Amino acid sequence: MAKYLLLKHYRGGPAKRPNAELPMDEWTPQEVADHLAFMDRMAADLAERGEWVDGQALSPDGTFVRYDGEGRPPVTDGPFAETKDVVAGWMIIDVDSLADAHAAAAHLSSAPGPGGKPLEEWIEVRPFLSETPSGPE
Amino acid sequence: MPDVLRAAGPRALAALVRRGAGFADAEDAVQEALLEAAARWPSDGVPRDPVAWLVTVSWRRFLDARRAAESRQRREERHDRLVPPGPTEQADDTLLLLSRCCHPDLGAAAAVALTLRAVAGLTTAQIARAHLVPEATMAQRISRAKRTLRGASFDRPGDVGSVLKVLYLMFSEGHAGEVDLADEAVRLTRQLAAATDDPEVDGLLALMLLTHARRAARWTADGALVALADQDRSRWDTDLVAEGVALLRGALARDRLGEYQAQAAIAALHDDAASAAETDWPQVLEWYDELLRLTPSPVVALNRAVAVGEVEGPGAGLAVLDGLDAGLPRFDAVAAYLTERAGDLPGAARRYARAAAAATSVPERDHLTVQAARLRESVRAGRPADVEGSVGPA
Repeated sequence: MAKYLLLKHYRGGPAKRPNAELPMDEWTPQEVADHLAFMDRMAADLAERGEWVDGQALSPDGTFVRYDGEGRPPVTDGPFAETKDVVAGWMIIDVDSLADAHAAAAHLSSAPGPGGKPLEEWIEVRPFLSETPSGPE
Repeated sequence: MPDVLRAAGPRALAALVRRGAGFADAEDAVQEALLEAAARWPSDGVPRDPVAWLVTVSWRRFLDARRAAESRQRREERHDRLVPPGPTEQADDTLLLLSRCCHPDLGAAAAVALTLRAVAGLTTAQIARAHLVPEATMAQRISRAKRTLRGASFDRPGDVGSVLKVLYLMFSEGHAGEVDLADEAVRLTRQLAAATDDPEVDGLLALMLLTHARRAARWTADGALVALADQDRSRWDTDLVAEGVALLRGALARDRLGEYQAQAAIAALHDDAASAAETDWPQVLEWYDELLRLTPSPVVALNRAVAVGEVEGPGAGLAVLDGLDAGLPRFDAVAAYLTERAGDLPGAARRYARAAAAATSVPERDHLTVQAARLRESVRAGRPADVEGSVGPA
């Protein structure tokens, strides 16, 4: 009964498996369609189990913004072509245990890629902090 | 009007289940009857006996659904096995319903959700808001739980142990939105205690009341956590303490000790002390020894280390920690508390910082971060730390 963020990365994280190296725009249209269908099915399965909270894809372009003092416009930097880490999208699930969250992340990582073989991407799992302390005292 | 419905729904459900209707089908039928009531009562007026009205209408809905779903012959076979309608026995019904909703085949999240809807009479939307998930997600969780129960067999009221576990979990979940899950858990446990003769049920209720009693003092006005030792004890609810202690005495007198009674005894000793310094730690430690015998869990062993530290000194408490897994939740928080008491402020600051990083809630993280900052400041200033803001026992 805790929420977890499953983060999908474009870049960053531990070294990728060979199947996850090839960018998606170099896959065949069928491979892309199969991958997207898998993602939809996974979201539907989570919803059917009553474990789905939210999920969105994110654009790879991001800009860093900073406060630059009273009355001055914000400072912006980027986007950077070679950022260390880029987040591709996220899913929030509400499951009974961390083990369940890991199982869902592993399933997400099995999404098909080139040749229909599992991508085996790394999925980052981050527990949500709750607003109230766990346990009655 | 919604209050009338809320109270009547679970009782109608219980009546259908007792008459022999399957849990999932009965729940569907009662939901339909509740919708009908919500549509008709405002114009027709609330019936003199709302429960009887709901039982009649939902029983009719249940039979209609059966009729549609099965052949005439199968329906009649089943009908012969149904228990004839009789006077409601609210007491047994509560346990019956709870044991269905807290069936061991269900995951914790599903059991809590189903209990809140079927026994507490909350709407799916209220339950969803309390858990901060979309309503559609909660609706699926509940219908999936009902599907799971369709295959489960029930020939007798189920395992009280799993019911108590679910109620305690519900109590610990905190709250969001307009529904207070701790209040709901107390309400349901009261019903269960009235319906059963099990000292552990009274033990759990006592534990809840004795914990609940400190609630107002547990937070500052702006929502920060206050450790047990630092709480303003004049804000504790003395009525709840008295009720909890009386319940616990009655339970202990029956001489069938269980883990909830032992935990309640520890809570009672804390509630009983006029100041943190007056806490009867030797007795608290004795109860922890008892609790560890009943449930030899690493979490109990960790909490016991705090009591050992109070009775035999922080060094002895730290020695207990040496034998435990440092990966346990709250391990660093307990270690930091004992380390500070032992006089090693830089070490305690490091451990508080580590505990903050491992915290599972925002108030705990903030509280532990403040402790780390307080100790670092003392170290910088080269003076002993103010003795305030401790982690305290769990």
